[in-house]
Amino acid sequence: MGNLLRLALVLAGKDLRLELRTRTSIISAAVFAALVLIVFNFARDPTAVATLDLAPSVLWVTVAFASVLAMNRGFLVERENAAFDGLLLAPVPREALFLGKYLANFAFVMLVEGIALPLFVLFFNLDLSHALGGLVLTMLLATMGFVAVGTIFSAMVVKTRFAELMLPVLLLPFMVPPLILAVKTTVPLFAGRPLSEVVDGLRFLAIYDIVFVTLAVLLFPAVVDE
Amino acid sequence: MLSADPALVIATGLARRYGAVRALDGVDLALAAGEVLLVLGPNGAGKSTLLRTLAGLLRPTAGTVTVGGRLLASDAHDVRRAIGLLSHQSLLYDELTLVENLVFTARLYGLPDPAASAATALAEQGLAERAHDRPRSLSRGMQQRAAIARALIHDPALLLLDEPFTGLDAVAGDRLRALLAMHVTGRRAMVIVTHHASEAWDLATRVGVMVRGRWAFEGPRPAGLDDFQQHYNEVARG
Amino acid sequence: MTAAVSGARSVINRGLVLTTLGLLGVAGVMVLALGFTPVEATQGLAQKIFYVHVPAAFIALWVAVPATAFAGLLYLWLHDPRLDRFAAASAEVSLVFCLVVLVTGPIWARPIWGAWWTWDGRLTLTLFLFFLLLGYQTMRAAIRDPVERARFSAVLGAMGLVLVPFIHLSVYLWRGLHPKPIVLKPSDPSLPPEMLHTLLYGIGAALLLYIGFVTLRYGIQLAHDQREAADAR
Repeated sequence: MGNLLRLALVLAGKDLRLELRTRTSIISAAVFAALVLIVFNFARDPTAVATLDLAPSVLWVTVAFASVLAMNRGFLVERENAAFDGLLLAPVPREALFLGKYLANFAFVMLVEGIALPLFVLFFNLDLSHALGGLVLTMLLATMGFVAVGTIFSAMVVKTRFAELMLPVLLLPFMVPPLILAVKTTVPLFAGRPLSEVVDGLRFLAIYDIVFVTLAVLLFPAVVDE
Repeated sequence: MLSADPALVIATGLARRYGAVRALDGVDLALAAGEVLLVLGPNGAGKSTLLRTLAGLLRPTAGTVTVGGRLLASDAHDVRRAIGLLSHQSLLYDELTLVENLVFTARLYGLPDPAASAATALAEQGLAERAHDRPRSLSRGMQQRAAIARALIHDPALLLLDEPFTGLDAVAGDRLRALLAMHVTGRRAMVIVTHHASEAWDLATRVGVMVRGRWAFEGPRPAGLDDFQQHYNEVARG
Repeated sequence: MTAAVSGARSVINRGLVLTTLGLLGVAGVMVLALGFTPVEATQGLAQKIFYVHVPAAFIALWVAVPATAFAGLLYLWLHDPRLDRFAAASAEVSLVFCLVVLVTGPIWARPIWGAWWTWDGRLTLTLFLFFLLLGYQTMRAAIRDPVERARFSAVLGAMGLVLVPFIHLSVYLWRGLHPKPIVLKPSDPSLPPEMLHTLLYGIGAALLLYIGFVTLRYGIQLAHDQREAADAR
């Protein structure tokens, strides 16, 4: 188990180093998030719909699309470098390969969310100090789940034609439950309700996470082993 | 036909199907340490498929591979420690320096001192001064040497090479031949896939000709290259 | 004609027979529904579409999609290409059945609720199923190697099946924010016996149609694969 974690960290570390050198995915995803927020801002009529009503949806739609963009890099970097065989050749259990990619993807998506959230607060002029803790927790739980699905799917689509288009097509249905649960949790939080009231939503998010991370780990070898 | 030494790598009845296509159709082989098998054959014969199966990258639809007495299966990861592959792909990351690439590889293989192993591997290939350069800034010959450094860093008992002489000029080719000759030790076996028998004839102890997924010929290397070339042409057309 | 190709031909023929029987069955159910089943009090004649809509939804959700997913999982274990061929055929037929549900749903809804689409829980679930299946087909079309295609389809199918209860749950939660429809739910246990019988016949006919379509599609794919194998040799 310790070896699994060590190998996963070595792999994730390699991905982080690669991404920090090129920064392409992080920057595109962050810029995309900012653009989506700006477009949302111009697309609404502040006199017709209260900001607070629309805010959770805007936040989560932005997060969803920016995350898919960030996850595209997943195994694309291996294909571009023709390096995937190197990982499969090594005495590394496939679970560690998955875990390594998953941790790297999770870090990237959290980073993009970390950029989107302050921008969101800025553009929509909201005071979220009371809801910050709950919001971050919701983001963590929602992200853990769909990054698992995104990681295994990106391993699949990297071998197909139109990889970057295929990932959103396959992934978005899987993002809907976390999205619905996240919005359902965020709405009361923004309205100032305490965390204890949204525990149910968080619990369902956690169940989604456990189920799909497990499923992804179990099915990953079937994807990468030929 | 087999030498007296216990075989390092044994493959029995290897088969691999892609839908209806039989890429490998019942291939056996046995190599002892110190042996070098040269694999020849026309395009599409299954040479790369055989190599990838021996490397553990492909799961055969039938048959088994054992390396060092242990079965190579998709969940037996430790066995991979004994295998090194030099393929068409460099397996190196363009955005990492050579030394970073090798340290990463050393860590993947669980080597006790990754930094030292990386430095040694690069020095052996004469790449010490280029350690902090990226792969794409190297010439083809040097990239090949970097890939070899990566393939040998964990001191594998079985070294597999997929058309290693492709794209190398005469000087680089000679250098590679000398290097490989140096690495044919009492503990290591090699399988070299190549298009031209002359490229690695002197290194080889056994020769196999693969046609349509099976051996058309497999045995100890014949003495004369020219006679063999004739025989090969007939057999490969068959 | 070689033995193998004639084998595919016989599967196709069997499929044609079963499909025809299924279609006759569906026609029979329609006759039964229109001529011999009482008209529903509040909804009137529009309710008759229930006998096509509900069987299609039932077969899609409880037969076709699980069949695809389980065939895929079996494939991961046994690596038998016939399982993948079956899974793909079942997925295509599921897509058609979902389409039927998504078309008959609004046709039923419009005269009763005054709107074509009301985000009804069941219809929304079917919409998701539709997109999952569409993704499945799109992915299959983008992979050339049949073995890889089979493996990836199996993985997607398994994950899709597990997703379904989560979609159902989250749509149900989400609908909590929307007003409930003021009409009978089709699975209302107080269905009069004649209606129940017609519904059951409807489900039987749909099942027969499913088996027929899948057999037909399987046979066509088998013939295609065999022709490719013959060309490769």
